[in-house]
Amino acid sequence: MTARLTVAGLAASRGPSTLFRDVSFEVASGEWLAVRGPNGSGKTTLLRCVAGLTRADRGEVLWDGAAARGDARFHASLLYAGHQPGIKDDLSAEENVRSALALRAVAVPDGAVRAALADVGLERRRHLPARRLSAGQRRRIGLARLILDPAALWALDEPLTALDDEGEGLFTRLLERHLATGGLAILATHDDLAPAPARELRIGA
Amino acid sequence: MNVIAARLPAPDSGGSFSAAFSWAFARDMRLAIRHPGETMLVVAFFVLVASLFPLGVGAEPQLLQRIGPGVIWVCALLSAFLSLPAMFASDYADGSLEQMSLSPQPMPGWVAGKIAAHWSASGLPLTLLSPLLGLQYDLAGDTLLALAAALALGTPVLSLLGAACTALTLGARGGGMLLALLALPLFIPVLVFGAGAAEAQASGLSAAPHLSILGAGLIVAAMALPPAVCAAVRIALD
Repeated sequence: MTARLTVAGLAASRGPSTLFRDVSFEVASGEWLAVRGPNGSGKTTLLRCVAGLTRADRGEVLWDGAAARGDARFHASLLYAGHQPGIKDDLSAEENVRSALALRAVAVPDGAVRAALADVGLERRRHLPARRLSAGQRRRIGLARLILDPAALWALDEPLTALDDEGEGLFTRLLERHLATGGLAILATHDDLAPAPARELRIGA
Repeated sequence: MNVIAARLPAPDSGGSFSAAFSWAFARDMRLAIRHPGETMLVVAFFVLVASLFPLGVGAEPQLLQRIGPGVIWVCALLSAFLSLPAMFASDYADGSLEQMSLSPQPMPGWVAGKIAAHWSASGLPLTLLSPLLGLQYDLAGDTLLALAAALALGTPVLSLLGAACTALTLGARGGGMLLALLALPLFIPVLVFGAGAAEAQASGLSAAPHLSILGAGLIVAAMALPPAVCAAVRIALD
């Protein structure tokens, strides 16, 4: 599996002020791009533009050479998690994971969800409604999704927020596995991760 | 720890309308059952307000028969309106709406599924309860039937129109007030033909013309409004 994400001449603004312009980069299988910049510099907006949630002022996003926005192949390959990762308070951890996978049309074998929840340390709490979990445990529901979802492209906004050291280690291992199996990732993060980014993108500096 | 276990194969299909519909319907129904307060509030409001009218205007059978269908329809309309803000607001706040719109599932599918689930948790119980409330107004059997049939055809239109209006007010400050100004005027034709069906039946005419118009309205709304809701959701997420 080889895939390539190309972003060319991307520009976005918030109201009258320009957040970034002429942002161009390329990420290929096995690489990840670190998006860095001070608070409010537009890291989230950049990720949303790449995912196709926010319309950029200018520029294009190409997935394997074809325009990404609205392309079914791109959406099948993309796993995006913003500040609010779409976890329903009234559903349990297990239901949240199953629901997210069904939405992404990913079929998982029996027992895989439970095994993934055990890997992220939520096995005994998997039937509790998500509202009863701590911020870090809710983040771990997201990690279980990363384990199970075969999406090739991760676009994650501050993936380490609220995670403890063990959780960070888990994320690092997941990222390593993801890159080793031909995945690619764009992460907006302030931390230095163990698999070094292929490229760093500084915005708003 | 088997985190490094083999990865699953990538999904090849991009989802389908029916898969998206049933996913959203099942999920929202499950959430409605987990959190029955909202449906209860809608039903309790409907029953209470419709029961207060006979107490307020006096128990004169002719008067009650005259106002019954109209009052029940206004109550149903206001209760349906009460349940509207919840349709997208929590999914918008917790990021679920982003996840849905980025998924490979076709957007009209899950939007239609959410609207159907909303109707099942608001319009459907109101429709089923309406004959019972009609008895308080001394309505005849065939009038009760016309009333329930009109609600069965009219409340889905309210859910569809309401979905488009709530999606437009997503993320807006003072969204509740804006929603009332947007949605209630659009509900008026449904109210006119819905209440008209039972009134025509009560006065010895046939309810069929009113029901036909409501049915036609439902078909048009079901065809035209889900794409409008999709466009409004995309704007809200931008």
